[in-house]
Amino acid sequence: MLQVTYLIILLPLVGFAVQLVAGRKLGDPLAGWVATAFVAASFVVSVGVYLDLLTVSGADRSYTQNLWTWIPVGGLQVHASLYVDPLSTTMFLFVTGISALIHLYSIGYMKGDRDFSKFFLYLNLFVASMLILVLGSNMLMTFVGWEGVGTCSYFLISFWFTREEAASAGKKAFIYNRIGDVGFLAAIFLTFESTGTLEYQQVFKDIPHMQPGTITAICLLLLVAVAGKSAQLPLFPWLADAMEGPTPVSALIHAATMVTAGVYLLCRVNPLLHASPDASFIVAIVGAATAFVAATIACAQQDIKKVLAYSTVSQLGYMFLAIGCGAYEAAVFLMVVHAFFKALLFLGSGSVIHGLHDEQDLKRMGNLRIYLPLTFFTFAVGWLAIAGVPPLSGFWAKGDVLDNAWAAHPALWVVGVVTAFLTAYYMSRLTGLAFFGKDRWNKPPIDPGSTAARHTEHPNADGSLPEPHESKPIMTVPLIILAVLAAFGGLLATANPHLSLDNWISPVFTGTLYNDHEVSRTVWKLSTLDAVIAIIGVTVALRIWVRRAENPKLESNFLLHSWYLNELYDLLIGRPGARLAQFSSAVIDTKVIDGAVNGVAVLTRRSGSAVRRIQTGYVRNYALWIVVGIVLVLAFMLTRLWWG
Amino acid sequence: MNAANTAINGGIPGEWYLALAAVLFAIGAFGLLIRRNVLVMFMCIELMLNAANLTFVTFANMLHDIGGQVLVFFVLVVAAAEVVVGLGIVVAIFRRRANATADDLHLMKG
Repeated sequence: MLQVTYLIILLPLVGFAVQLVAGRKLGDPLAGWVATAFVAASFVVSVGVYLDLLTVSGADRSYTQNLWTWIPVGGLQVHASLYVDPLSTTMFLFVTGISALIHLYSIGYMKGDRDFSKFFLYLNLFVASMLILVLGSNMLMTFVGWEGVGTCSYFLISFWFTREEAASAGKKAFIYNRIGDVGFLAAIFLTFESTGTLEYQQVFKDIPHMQPGTITAICLLLLVAVAGKSAQLPLFPWLADAMEGPTPVSALIHAATMVTAGVYLLCRVNPLLHASPDASFIVAIVGAATAFVAATIACAQQDIKKVLAYSTVSQLGYMFLAIGCGAYEAAVFLMVVHAFFKALLFLGSGSVIHGLHDEQDLKRMGNLRIYLPLTFFTFAVGWLAIAGVPPLSGFWAKGDVLDNAWAAHPALWVVGVVTAFLTAYYMSRLTGLAFFGKDRWNKPPIDPGSTAARHTEHPNADGSLPEPHESKPIMTVPLIILAVLAAFGGLLATANPHLSLDNWISPVFTGTLYNDHEVSRTVWKLSTLDAVIAIIGVTVALRIWVRRAENPKLESNFLLHSWYLNELYDLLIGRPGARLAQFSSAVIDTKVIDGAVNGVAVLTRRSGSAVRRIQTGYVRNYALWIVVGIVLVLAFMLTRLWWG
Repeated sequence: MNAANTAINGGIPGEWYLALAAVLFAIGAFGLLIRRNVLVMFMCIELMLNAANLTFVTFANMLHDIGGQVLVFFVLVVAAAEVVVGLGIVVAIFRRRANATADDLHLMKG
């Protein structure tokens, strides 16, 4: 199967081409089924490649497939080649698997949408781009996929582009990603400058010959790149706005195809990070800070999807914390189980939104476990998993990260634990508000002008709202599959050591930065503490929020407005930028540029009217000038002859 | 350069031919400037052209270099083409107006 690795990318790409050519003809729902089939086929190939790789012994599990030489320019030889190793295999397995489930779910969710086939067109391209990113064996291939997912996220976030918010959210995501892309490009240039190659494996071989400062610089530039793509401080505001897209897109972005790219990239270049403890430490700090800040914001959001969005940012912070601590295995483990439960939570919230006829305001839900039993049950699994309640998957993964943070620096661990408490708290708040308590879905909107009110467009004939309804099997089946994965994902780490994720993936990594000997002594104490904190968080939140839906003291404006980060950026970058633009249009454009253009025109006109008198129009006049010219030339020659 | 070398065909010295060519050229140039009839001006141009040809041939003989004569053939060919175009223009002018005075045609005045 290894020889057909390219099929993993090609299948979604062909699916994209099919949608492009015949999408409209296939129509609703056939186009969706075709798109799903291509991604599912890609998953099947992925499993085949995985099984093939398993037959090789641990250290030799890598395979490079050279497709063609892409850029042969002098010293720069870039191949379009794919690199399969345990890390990329883990990635493409869960990317294709979860994407296939999300595709399936989308058939139900997008039913009746005007641009049904276009949605699947973008989805397929999105998955294909992500797979290029994952499988690329050099930085430039990764960059192609990197840009691809950026573009597709733009298309999909602003999928309902007739809505002003959706259009601007897409632009916002694109621009934030652009900032990251600059970092990535600079890192590519610097890598090529110092090693002369872009192939990851060759770059890693060159590490002993590189300046430590250069390595740190490359790592920090890559940090800029991944902060944009994976929504870390200070570049995370776009991810919350990305909620304007259809819910399956949010699930896709958050679980499988977009934000995990940053984590993956840092894991891919782990030898570089390992060689630069300074950069690693900065990554850890950024991760811890993001995890904490995003978790606090999530505690006060009103929109069900926004809570989940900030929780993703927070969880990604955990992953960065793990990477910064040199615990790449822990980061990958958390990334995989996070993909399971976050996809589950988003699809579950999509089912809620669907059942409530496009209502996203948490304050207008309540007691939904009666109306949406299946959604509730699966959602609850995701909720407890992300909260870190044992024995669900989140507990194991988060515990792994926190243990490593403890080994790196106790302060990082403290931030991590506080965040873990907040995570349990805000997720339980969400669940309490949505599924427990009193029915609030039939209340009129509190603020008719709010963004939530716009969704109430489906009243009954008598003006009252229709009852919430459970979604169709096509949407609940993916939920059930994901719930099983989210529940038992912890087995990846704890099961048969021969097959455990740790064992499988560790040959890729150069080794942990910190001594984990110390950790093993304290690991049981730490894990018990994690579990206790998670359970306390869940209990506290449920006690507060199930009884009463309004607790203004706990939802300060500061948190609701995400620490006023958007306002801060507006003040620091947006407004000076606007002022610069105004200055340019008022002064530079009118005075300098127009002045230069008009000046040239005036000069030409004046000199033209000055010399036009020479052109008399009389032939004999011209002839005279020619003769004068001849005489002058002759005179010149004669003087040269006589006196020269 | 002595006289025997410059003599052509056993007698007339080459300088004479050159002088004749210069005179012809001057007549042509002078005619071009003072005459207003387009046809006459055209003939003056031909005169200048052939004065130049004569110079070429003379030098070819004096310097024993066949190149000058070859060049004359080229000039003749080009001149033939030029005559076709030039006469065409002259005929066109005659068709549009009764007399062809060059000074009447100054539409291209700047």
